[in-house]
Amino acid sequence: MLWKDFKDPQLARRITEKIREIAPKRDIIKICHVCGTHEWTISHYGIRSLLPENVDVIAGPGCPVCIVPASEVDEAVETALRGATLVCFGDAARVPGSQMSPIEAKAKGADLRIVYSVIDAVKMAEREPNRDFVFFAIGFETTAPSTASEILKRPPRNLSFLVSHRLIPPAMELMLGIGDLQIDAFIAPGHVSTVIGLEPYEIFPKVYRMPTIVAGFEPIDVLLAIYMALRQIRNRTATLENEYRRAVKWEGNVKARELMRRAFKVISGNWRGLGRIPDSALTLREEYLEYDAHKKYGIRIKRGRDIPPGCRCHLVMIGKIKPTECPLFMKACTPQKPIGSCMVGIEGTCRIWALTTQGSNPKSI
Amino acid sequence: MCLAVPARIIEINGDLAKVDFGGGVIREANISLVDARIGDYVLVHAGYAIQVLDKEEAEETLRLWREILEAEEGRENALERL
Repeated sequence: MLWKDFKDPQLARRITEKIREIAPKRDIIKICHVCGTHEWTISHYGIRSLLPENVDVIAGPGCPVCIVPASEVDEAVETALRGATLVCFGDAARVPGSQMSPIEAKAKGADLRIVYSVIDAVKMAEREPNRDFVFFAIGFETTAPSTASEILKRPPRNLSFLVSHRLIPPAMELMLGIGDLQIDAFIAPGHVSTVIGLEPYEIFPKVYRMPTIVAGFEPIDVLLAIYMALRQIRNRTATLENEYRRAVKWEGNVKARELMRRAFKVISGNWRGLGRIPDSALTLREEYLEYDAHKKYGIRIKRGRDIPPGCRCHLVMIGKIKPTECPLFMKACTPQKPIGSCMVGIEGTCRIWALTTQGSNPKSI
Repeated sequence: MCLAVPARIIEINGDLAKVDFGGGVIREANISLVDARIGDYVLVHAGYAIQVLDKEEAEETLRLWREILEAEEGRENALERL
């Protein structure tokens, strides 16, 4: 298959040489990505170790499970404890709430079912009309269209939704407002971009003078994105470039965006450990409020305990520290017994570092 | 969870398609968000195809980058084509 060429070691070597050639020799450069799958590629293929000493790639809040605030997990747990069957993606089952995660609620007798797609939740509701189901809809713009699509088809009324979808560009903008966080370029998430297209990122080069490269997920994609970012830094330019042209078009996926617009409206939302970000969350439009689990169960939890004592997820999530700089990492907090949400989500930076060699061989600059 | 995996469409039945992820893994995916035909590669995420992969664009990207990386520094203007 052609995509295998995007793993070509010889090409990777050549790009690495070019990176070394054009990288600034002394200044410390930090390139920030905002996608767990990018972190996986970078950690799995040891890409940080290929870069010059003064060039690092840091991970932003790109794990949708990690950034769901505890208060929204608490709401999901509450519906399950009240007798509804909670339906969620696999890693969302273990995401910590203030008191417990959905899977711990299951240990207390709640009914929890793990699915691969929202489609499975709809099928369950059709098969078991006498049971109430709540789908815990977590995910960025990549996932939100599938939730929208099923809601717009008006599924059975015994299925309702806790919509915890979040939008990536506002979180990127938030990061640029954190004064003591150095970011010299963005690598924008390829799969989010297949849906939203390029336009939402224009603000970064235009307003913030930030080089921004939309990139795919094979090692060649990521290396090329790093090269493109360094080329802009060297040339002192700031533009929006698309490395992932095989999947990302300027306009994104128009159909998917239209479904999202019809089902949801954009509101401000809390992100675990980061606080409230304007225009960063989705909620059901009035026409579909009959599917809102908040309304159906009369629950609205505003505050929760996002970060357990000692946990540094809030700093890991913005790339301020590396997982290895957290005192709990691989001591009290492990993939088997996670404490913070970054060790829970399959795209969480701590979990990825724990499961790849990155954790034992961190690059520090 | 933003992981999306390329798969080839082998059968279409309305909004649903059978997709081949390779290695003998064949699953059903909803293709209502994309305009896809049998034989197309799509990116599948959480049961939905979210985009059709452009094979020619992929080949072109690799070809151009190979050419550019072989080129000397002075020919770097060609980079602007990407």
